[in-house]
Amino acid sequence: MNNSKSIRFQLNGQTISTVVENHINVIELLNQFQLKGARESCGQGLCGACTVLVDDLAVSGCLMPAVMLDGKSVETVESLSGLNESLHPIQQAFVDQGAFQCGFCTPGFIMMTKHLLDLNPNPTDDEIRNFFAGNLCRCGTYPEIIVAVKQAALSLQQSSTL
Amino acid sequence: MTIEQAEFGRTIPRIESKQKVSGTAEYMHHFTLPGMLYGKIFRSTISHGKIININTDAAQSYPGIVGVITGEDIKKIIPSPYYGPAFLDQPILALDKVHFIGEPVAVVISHSPHIAEAACQLIEADYEELEAVYDEIEALTSSAIVHDELKPSGTFPDLKHLVGRKNTNIALDFHLRYGDSDDAFTKAKHVFEHAFTTQQGMHTPLEPMVSIAVPGDQSITLHSATQMPSFVRLEIARLLGWKENQVRVKSAHLGGGYGAKVYIKLEALVTAIALILNKPIKISLTMEEQFYTICKHATTFKIKSGLDESGKIIARDCKVYWNGGAYADIGPRVAQKSGFTAAGPYDIDHVSIDSFEIYTNRPPAGAIRGFGIPQLVWAYESHTDMLAHELKMDPLEFRTKNILKNGAKQATGTVIEHMETELVLNTLAEKMDWGGTFDRGTGSIRKGRGIAIGFKASVSPTTSTAVMTIHGDGSCLLAMSTVDMGQGSDTAMAQIAAQTLGISTEKVKVIRPDTDVTPYDMGTLGSRSTFHMGNAVKLAAEDVLNKLQLMADKAGLDKNLAHSPDVILQKTYGMQAGTVVGFGSYKPSYAPTDLKTGASSNVTPFWMVGATGVEVDVDIETGHVKVNKMINVVDAGELVNPKIANTQISGAAVMQCGFTFSEEMLFDEGQLTNGSFADYKIQGIQDVNFPMENICVKSNHHGGPYGAKGIGESGTFGVSPAIANAIYDAVGVRITSLPITPEKVFQAIHMKNEG
Repeated sequence: MNNSKSIRFQLNGQTISTVVENHINVIELLNQFQLKGARESCGQGLCGACTVLVDDLAVSGCLMPAVMLDGKSVETVESLSGLNESLHPIQQAFVDQGAFQCGFCTPGFIMMTKHLLDLNPNPTDDEIRNFFAGNLCRCGTYPEIIVAVKQAALSLQQSSTL
Repeated sequence: MTIEQAEFGRTIPRIESKQKVSGTAEYMHHFTLPGMLYGKIFRSTISHGKIININTDAAQSYPGIVGVITGEDIKKIIPSPYYGPAFLDQPILALDKVHFIGEPVAVVISHSPHIAEAACQLIEADYEELEAVYDEIEALTSSAIVHDELKPSGTFPDLKHLVGRKNTNIALDFHLRYGDSDDAFTKAKHVFEHAFTTQQGMHTPLEPMVSIAVPGDQSITLHSATQMPSFVRLEIARLLGWKENQVRVKSAHLGGGYGAKVYIKLEALVTAIALILNKPIKISLTMEEQFYTICKHATTFKIKSGLDESGKIIARDCKVYWNGGAYADIGPRVAQKSGFTAAGPYDIDHVSIDSFEIYTNRPPAGAIRGFGIPQLVWAYESHTDMLAHELKMDPLEFRTKNILKNGAKQATGTVIEHMETELVLNTLAEKMDWGGTFDRGTGSIRKGRGIAIGFKASVSPTTSTAVMTIHGDGSCLLAMSTVDMGQGSDTAMAQIAAQTLGISTEKVKVIRPDTDVTPYDMGTLGSRSTFHMGNAVKLAAEDVLNKLQLMADKAGLDKNLAHSPDVILQKTYGMQAGTVVGFGSYKPSYAPTDLKTGASSNVTPFWMVGATGVEVDVDIETGHVKVNKMINVVDAGELVNPKIANTQISGAAVMQCGFTFSEEMLFDEGQLTNGSFADYKIQGIQDVNFPMENICVKSNHHGGPYGAKGIGESGTFGVSPAIANAIYDAVGVRITSLPITPEKVFQAIHMKNEG
């Protein structure tokens, strides 16, 4: 029985060809590429700490077998900016609003924000709450996250109208 | 040196912000080493029983398995493999007996965590089952005895009386007698007695517990998601019979702690395996496994008050039973150190408190945000509200009449200082517009409002130390063992250091805890760091300033001018060179509590106060409760960083909303049935769909660094009883057990209507 498969996919804009074991999930694969922003926490797709975008859709990386990435495009929080680059407006909004404490869930929230604002550039509080129903923050930083999403929406709109 | 702006009291983003939003912040979750092994824990499937046999043959011979370790294997290198901060009752892996479902019994080791997990399923254990007990009240009289003999750790003089006690599940009994409550009750005009319960819960940090051990030359290095690097070093050294300098403990950013990652969790286990196999090993728990590791105490609290004609509380009798689970962990300290505040922030002349830490066959309970205070406030503030209603007094007026003020004595006999209870209560009343008109609702939606106030004594006595280093260019390193788990301590300490040195916070680099480098700290818990470590950091910075002044004088620099550190160093060494090291050590004064009466003239270095007010809707047709507004008011002294302080309060309140409405570990004969976010519901963003206002009253704690004190837990205190009190206000039913589910509210309304 063949326990691994060759796949080819886009990772943050780069083409990757690799062989993955069938039982490895997306998070484990990303870890192999030293991408550590998406994290497996609950392991059941219930907390959203492992959120990445696959073909522009937010998915729980802990539930998705890595082999399913074949032919797809993956975006992680690392695609937004590196440590020594200026921050993406969404990341900047999270910093400005203090929208995290321990930070473990933060990359998941940031990628969800990106997905939300791609779909709906000007969401209401209720729309934000509805969209983030699958992301948990045990530090309880929800009020700050809502303000941060709205700041990000505003600054993305401003930069797109320039 | 001149301070262009105050660094203390300035809102700046957390200093590690960029790392956290870019996904590059380091957590032990991701720590790996080449050739590292992974362990998977095989756990007990029975609540209480003697181990007859553990058959590991099939697991051993599974392809890819390096080894299987049991408690007997560990005994070969650690003859007495029992640990615990208060009682040496917990074996690294089960020995002779198992005490709860989920207890670690064996570990399967492989280069692949997946192989280890697969082989773990092949272990079979045979037990001779023993009678088990789960309820803290039943455990008082049950014939099921969890531990044959109490084994208090020898280091605590106040636990010595427990040595060798047999045939009891009471791990610790704490007693406080203040005044003469028996006599006072006979003189009381009114006496009311109520009982309240709380449920077992779990911290559920999103970074599940994880530890890595790396063996060295007569040494071991631990990389652990721990809140207590210094304690871990001490306890591992004690277990191995080594010197402290043979054990190195490194921590990183924690993906949440909330008290789950204090004392020993996985550290002793990975240490033992690393030494047996002489290889680095990592054990990461799953979310489910965390529920078997440490929990929040379930409690039963029987509270009785005697009142005079005017509504003054003259006597209060408290009996608190803490369900400690199968191992003591820090539970006995919860029963004691929080237990002595069980009568609440009220000025009562006659108080009697009995607080019992009780062994049961459940997963162990220990410290969690508030260290037992939320359970106590739940009871005494529900009870206090009930007293007000019995006397037909306004709940605010009743509290104001009885509130504990500065200058009065708390039930330990300690005179209260710098505790702004009255101001907190008044501020809450004002923000709630308590005297204003309030819409009571119509039809099936009834509206109510409630308040509650609680207080906590900082755990004492504890020590913090810090080292500050200035380089030749004047830049600064701050070395301390306080762990930033999201509360913002790195930022707060950098601000305190910067304020003292007269430089900007951004110039201070904070070194992550590493016991080979960062000096001793008791631990990051109980809202103690801002006060204790803050003072140590301030002292270290002052030490640096003194040394720089001496150097400047010696180098002949003009005494009438201020000189920046780089100028002093360059003048001294003739080039950009040299180092100045400052050290600060802080341990507040403390008077131990008397064993019989609980009396102490100086029981804590500071008191924390937290009050919450809520407005709720109660749907009388479904029992659903909706919070419409929440106001949290705390006394946190002067604020180091107002924005982070606000987030701490609101985060604490959100967490306590979970313990109020939904979180409850459910058991079927000792088997946890909801150890997953699918069935154990923590608060999500849709649950926090109400405006929340957080206020810190103007306060200055003398003795705190620049007037600051702790803040991390105060937001939890009042939440649960304020909500229960608001429900009573809305529909006239009293919920006495947490969590407050729609079923409970609906049933209570139904019972009331039935009359």
